[in-house]
Amino acid sequence: MSTELLATAETEWRLPSPRKVGLTLVILTESSLFTIFVVAYLFYLGKSLNGPYPWEVLEFPWLGSFFLFSSSGTVVVAEHRLKKGDKAGFELWWLITALLGLGFLIYTGAEWQHLIYHDGLTLSTNLFGSTFYSLVGLHASHVVVGLLLLTLILVASVTGNIQPRHHEHIEMISWYWHFVDGIWAVVVTVVYIIGMQH
Amino acid sequence: MADPATLKEIGTELRPAPPGHEHGSLTAWIQDLIFTVDHKKLGFLYLGAGWMFFVAGGILALGIRTQIAVPNNHFMDAESFNQAFTMHGTTMIFFFAMLMVFGLANYIVPLQIGARDMAFPRLNAFSFWATFFGGIFLFLSYIFGPGLYGMGAAPDASWFALAPLTSRAFSPGNNIDFWSLGLLVSGVGSITGGVNVMVTIFCYRTRGMTLYRMPLFTWLILVTMFLVVMFMPPLSAAQIMLVLERFFGAKFFEAQAGGSPVLWQHFFWIFGHPEVYILVLPAFGVISEVVPVFSRKPIFGYPMMVAATVMIGFISAGVWAHHMFTIGMDSFSVTFFAFATFVIAIPTGIKIFNWLGTMFGGKIRFEIPMLFAIAFLFQFLIAGLTGIMLGCAPFDWQLNDSYFVIAHFHYVIVGGIVFGVFAGFYYWYPKATGRMLNKRLGLWNFWIFTIGFHLTFDPQHFLGILGMPRRIYTYQEGRGWDFLNMISTIGAFVQAVGAILFIVNMIYSARKGKVAGDDPWDAWTLEWMTSSPPPDYNFEQLPEVRSRRPLWDLKHPEDPDWKFE
Repeated sequence: MSTELLATAETEWRLPSPRKVGLTLVILTESSLFTIFVVAYLFYLGKSLNGPYPWEVLEFPWLGSFFLFSSSGTVVVAEHRLKKGDKAGFELWWLITALLGLGFLIYTGAEWQHLIYHDGLTLSTNLFGSTFYSLVGLHASHVVVGLLLLTLILVASVTGNIQPRHHEHIEMISWYWHFVDGIWAVVVTVVYIIGMQH
Repeated sequence: MADPATLKEIGTELRPAPPGHEHGSLTAWIQDLIFTVDHKKLGFLYLGAGWMFFVAGGILALGIRTQIAVPNNHFMDAESFNQAFTMHGTTMIFFFAMLMVFGLANYIVPLQIGARDMAFPRLNAFSFWATFFGGIFLFLSYIFGPGLYGMGAAPDASWFALAPLTSRAFSPGNNIDFWSLGLLVSGVGSITGGVNVMVTIFCYRTRGMTLYRMPLFTWLILVTMFLVVMFMPPLSAAQIMLVLERFFGAKFFEAQAGGSPVLWQHFFWIFGHPEVYILVLPAFGVISEVVPVFSRKPIFGYPMMVAATVMIGFISAGVWAHHMFTIGMDSFSVTFFAFATFVIAIPTGIKIFNWLGTMFGGKIRFEIPMLFAIAFLFQFLIAGLTGIMLGCAPFDWQLNDSYFVIAHFHYVIVGGIVFGVFAGFYYWYPKATGRMLNKRLGLWNFWIFTIGFHLTFDPQHFLGILGMPRRIYTYQEGRGWDFLNMISTIGAFVQAVGAILFIVNMIYSARKGKVAGDDPWDAWTLEWMTSSPPPDYNFEQLPEVRSRRPLWDLKHPEDPDWKFE
C-alpha cells in the first residue's frame, strides 16, 4: 500500500467525550435498575396482608426533599463559579452541596429510625416494608456514593489538585448528582404521593 | 485519538518491535495475563475462560443425556439431575455464551473501528475478573456449603429459578444463594463491560468512520451492548430482592405474605428475553462479516441490516411474556405478546434474506467459516420457525415445558449461536494468532458437530410433541420415547467429539498451523490491515475511512467504494 493513500485529508472529525457517553450509559442502566424496584413498590401497593400500611406511617419528606432538590441548584452555582475561575466560590458552593446531601441522609436516617422503633415497620414486616426499604435504601445508597464523590473533589480542590483538565470530571459528578435528584423526584412521587393513598 | 501525524511517528518508532510476544518464563506470562489491561489479552481471557466453562457445562449436558438415554435409568438421582440441568443452563448462558460475546467484542471491535484499545482499559479488566469470579463462585457450590457430603449444594431450581421454589421453605440449603450471588457479581461485570464497549464504539472510531460506515459486526455488538446495559439490571434487581428475601426475611415473592410468584417470572423474563438477543446478535454479526467475504460481494442491503438490528433491539424488550403463556394471563396480554413475537420475526427474516441476497450470484468460497455460516442459516431458520410456532399461544399451552421447547432454544443457542461462534473463530483465529486453523481438522469438526447437533436436537422436537416434559429425571418404558431419547443421547456424544476436535484444532494450530499473513481471506475491514497477531498498539497508521470497505478502497484505487455510497 503506497503512502499517499494513507495520508489523511484534514476533514473535520469530532467524536463525543467518552466521559459524557459513559456517564449517560451509567444513568440509563441505573434507571433500569430503579425501574424494577419502582414497579415492585407500585405493584404491591395495597396488597400487604398486615399493617403498618403506608397511609398510617408515611409522612411527606418536606425537609429531605428540600435538602436534595436545592442541592441540585447549589451544584450548578458551584460549577458556574469554577468556570469563572473563582476557586473559593466553587469550594464554598460545593461544600454547601455536600452538606445538603448529608442533611438529606440524616433526615432519611431519622425517618427510618422513627419507622422502625415507633411504627414497627421493618424490611420483613410486610410487602410494603420490603419494597419501601429496598427502593428508598437503593436511592440513599446512591446519595452516599454521590457524597463520597463530592467530598473527594472538595478535598482535591482544597489541597490545590484541581487543574482545568479536571473540569469535565467535575461536570460529570454534577451530572450524577442531578441524576440522584431526578430519581428522588420519582421516589417522592411513587412512594409518598401515590403510596400515601394506600 | 492522537492526530495522524503523531500516530505515524509512533508507528515508525515502534516498527522493529515484535508484535507483543516478548514473554519469557511461565510466571511472567501468568502475571502478564492477570495484570493486563490490553483489550486483545482480555479478549483471549474471556474466550479461554468461556471455553473452560463450555467444557464444564458440556460434561453436565452429557450427564443429563446419559441419565435419560434409557427409561428407568439410575445414572444420577433426582437431586443431582436437578443440579445438573440447572448448572448446565446457567453455565452455558452466563459463562459460555456471554463470555464469547464479550471476548469477541473485546478482541475485534477496537480493531474494526481502528482504535488502540477499549475506552476504559482498567474497567475492562474489572469486567472480566468480576464475570470470571462469578462463574468460579457458582461452581464452588459443588464443593462448599453443605455440599461436600453428597456433592449437594449446587443450584437446583433451573436457570430461571422460579419463585416460590427459591424461598427458604422449599430450598433450605445454600444452593440458591450460590446462584443469585454468583450471577449478581457476573452481572455487574457484564454491565460495566457493556458500557465500556459502547463508549469505545461511540468515542474511539478512526477518522472518517461514521456510524453509517461501521462494519456490521460492530453495529450488532453496539445494539447487543445496549441490550446488556438496559436489560441486565432487571435480573440484578430481582436477584437483590431474592437475596434480601432469603437472608433478611424480606417479602417479595412469598404468596403467604400477599406477594406474587408471578412477579418474579416477569422480572426474570424482562431480562431473559433480551438476553436471547444479547447472545444471538453477535452471532448475526459474525455471519454478516463472513458471508460477504466468502461470497466476494459487499453485504446486500447494509442500511436494512442496520435498521433490522435496531428494530430487533427495540422489539425484544416487548415480548418477554411469551415465556409465560401458561401462567394464566388475560387475553389482551396474551394477544399482545403473541403479536409482538410475530413482529420480531420480520427484522430477523430481513436479515436472512439479506444474507441470501449477498450469497446470490457471488463467487462462494467454501472455507470453514463459510460452511458454519451456511449451516447457521439453515438451522437458525428452523429455530425461528419453531419460535413462531411457540409464539402461537394455544400451541404453547400444549407444548410449553416440553422437549419441543428444549429443541427450539437449543436450535437457537447451539444451531445459531455456537455455529456463529465457530464461524467467528475460524474467521478471526488467523488474525489473533498469526496462524490458520487446520482445514482438514476443521472439516472433521464441522461435519461431526453438525451431524451430532441434528442427531441430538431433531428428535427432541418429536419427543416434545409426544408429550415428554422437560426436567424429568427418568421416565417409564413404553411411552414411545425410548428410541428417540437414545438417538438424542448418541447425538450428544457425537457433538462432544466435534467440540473436542475444535479445541484440539485450536491448540494444534497455534504452533503448527500454516502462517496466515496479514489478510488471509482477502477481506475488507480494518482489522485485516494490521499485522497478525496485531501489535500492542494495534495500528501503525490508518487511512481515512471513506466507505464501508476501507481495505477494498486501498486494494482497488481504480474502483473505490466511496464513489458509489
